[in-house]
Amino acid sequence: MTTQTAPRIPMTARQVRRRRRLRSVPLYVTVWVIGVVMVTPLLYALISGFKSTDQLSGNAFGLPSPWVTQNYTRILEDSAFWRMLGSSTLIALGTTALTVGAAALAAFALARFAFRGREFLFTLFTVGLMFPFAVAILPLFVLLRTFGLLDNPWGVILPQAAFGLPMTIVILRNFFREIPGEIEEAATLDGCSAFGFFWRILLPMARPALGTVSVLAVVTSWNNFLLPLLVFSEPTWWTIPVGVQQFQGQYSSDTARIFAYLVLSMAPALAFYAVAERQLIGGITLGATKG
Amino acid sequence: MTSTQIKDAPPALGEAPRGGQDRNRRPLTRRARDWLTAFLFTVPGLALFLVFVAVPILYAAYVSFFKWGGFGSPSDFVGVDNFTRLFQDPVFLGDLWRGLLLVLLSLGLQLPFALAMAVLLNQKLRGRAVYRMLFFAPYVLSEVITGVLFSMIFAPDSGLADKVLGAVGLDGVGGLWFSGQSTVMATLFLVMTWKYFGFHMMLLLAGLQGIPPELTEAARIDGAGTWQRFRHITLPLLGPTIRLSVFLSVIGAIQLFDLVWVVTQGGPDHHSETMAVTMFQFGFKRYQMGYASAISIVMFLISFVFALFYQRFVLRRDTEGALTTMRGSR
Repeated sequence: MTTQTAPRIPMTARQVRRRRRLRSVPLYVTVWVIGVVMVTPLLYALISGFKSTDQLSGNAFGLPSPWVTQNYTRILEDSAFWRMLGSSTLIALGTTALTVGAAALAAFALARFAFRGREFLFTLFTVGLMFPFAVAILPLFVLLRTFGLLDNPWGVILPQAAFGLPMTIVILRNFFREIPGEIEEAATLDGCSAFGFFWRILLPMARPALGTVSVLAVVTSWNNFLLPLLVFSEPTWWTIPVGVQQFQGQYSSDTARIFAYLVLSMAPALAFYAVAERQLIGGITLGATKG
Repeated sequence: MTSTQIKDAPPALGEAPRGGQDRNRRPLTRRARDWLTAFLFTVPGLALFLVFVAVPILYAAYVSFFKWGGFGSPSDFVGVDNFTRLFQDPVFLGDLWRGLLLVLLSLGLQLPFALAMAVLLNQKLRGRAVYRMLFFAPYVLSEVITGVLFSMIFAPDSGLADKVLGAVGLDGVGGLWFSGQSTVMATLFLVMTWKYFGFHMMLLLAGLQGIPPELTEAARIDGAGTWQRFRHITLPLLGPTIRLSVFLSVIGAIQLFDLVWVVTQGGPDHHSETMAVTMFQFGFKRYQMGYASAISIVMFLISFVFALFYQRFVLRRDTEGALTTMRGSR
């Protein structure tokens, strides 16, 4: 799209369009090639899941012949897989409810009240933004053991919610501040209490922001590995990442079966992404431009 | 960053709409009540944060001065021995070096690549929405799934990567991947780029969309070429987003764990070990909790000092200058 080459002879609209299209050919090729690189691992896993492991070593690139559905069906018939899906879902929902609930209350106070110590509190939470999970994992483990929260979903939900707070508070506080003070005054004049204003006016108005932070919390919880790995020694509460690692260890020679397992394990996350794409990307860029 | 935001805060609840700035004029009971209300709102979050974030980190700092197997309460005080041992341990020094390497690779290769893709997909291009969505998609996958997937793709000889290279006659190029001492970090970085460049691309795209098109248009009319416009308008205005992207890359490299743990557990022979992996090995495999805590405290201090330094000297610039504050206070 350079401009110095201003046309000496006036071109017809069609010629202009054709020239522009020709010039963008390298761009199209570039993104297409990168797109292929991005999608190949996923597609390869999907197709390999339909092969037997013998087929996989002999015929790596071609389509399966015959198509073997057994790898997939065996996993889907296994109650362990569904139990994992269930625990991952339950823990993600619990974490999200707790993070967003506690963060919304705190963000409300930090956004709309003038009180002594407010800045200190907010700084405390924002410092939490840079605590890597790994830093606290040892004492956290000791703490959970003391509380008897090992092999208990709360042992994952509570710390995850705590570590999710800083980001959620930062995003929500920024959003709450943008709601005009006149609305609050009107509500107060009409006899609304602080909590009434929060519950009946602020939260409904903040629905888009709440959606965004919820989606972020769900994805973070869904993918967490270190904490559930340590907390759950028994398979009862294993989440998907823990299950995937165990499955790989157990069937390491049966490559095709692992591929099928991977595909089925990533399907929920990808489906969720397809549905909540806008909130997810909105959340990330919101955190980016405002955090 | 925070102080500028406070000034334009909406009037707080309970304050009179006009002339209410003088808080001392309000009755004392009312101020106390407001304070109590605000405090009650923060209690659940604060309690959660203190118990599960602040206390564990303080406890780690305490434990790092003990030799402790993880059971009972720590009693064998050893002073700073854990830390001196740490900085004599070649594996830990290697962790620092590998962390730095990943940071340099991320900033030198991954970020420019993400930027190029963001610029590309910010243009009118057929199917750009699909490409954006596709490039970002790996970000939502767990690192464990990504790790297992690529450990199979990069399996020596039998994996897809070697088969593809073999098919085009480049048998010698691939080879050991994750199992080679000299190739493991490069392979790891390749996988990290696959997973994370889309995330940075999305950040940068959002930044690009915040640049008013009139500016580049004006420069174009003034005769600036494509490169000049990028170099002197787009890039400076993208500064805040790039700095954020750099920040996240560095923090991410410091705490990298899941991917490495699943794929190599730090091997072969520690050649892909990161600080978090070393900590995990000592804490939960060898039960040297004191030593492992010392590692986590060093990790924390590195992130903390870096974050403070970065906030103070790099990110601060973002609140200066008309255009950036315009975006910041939006």
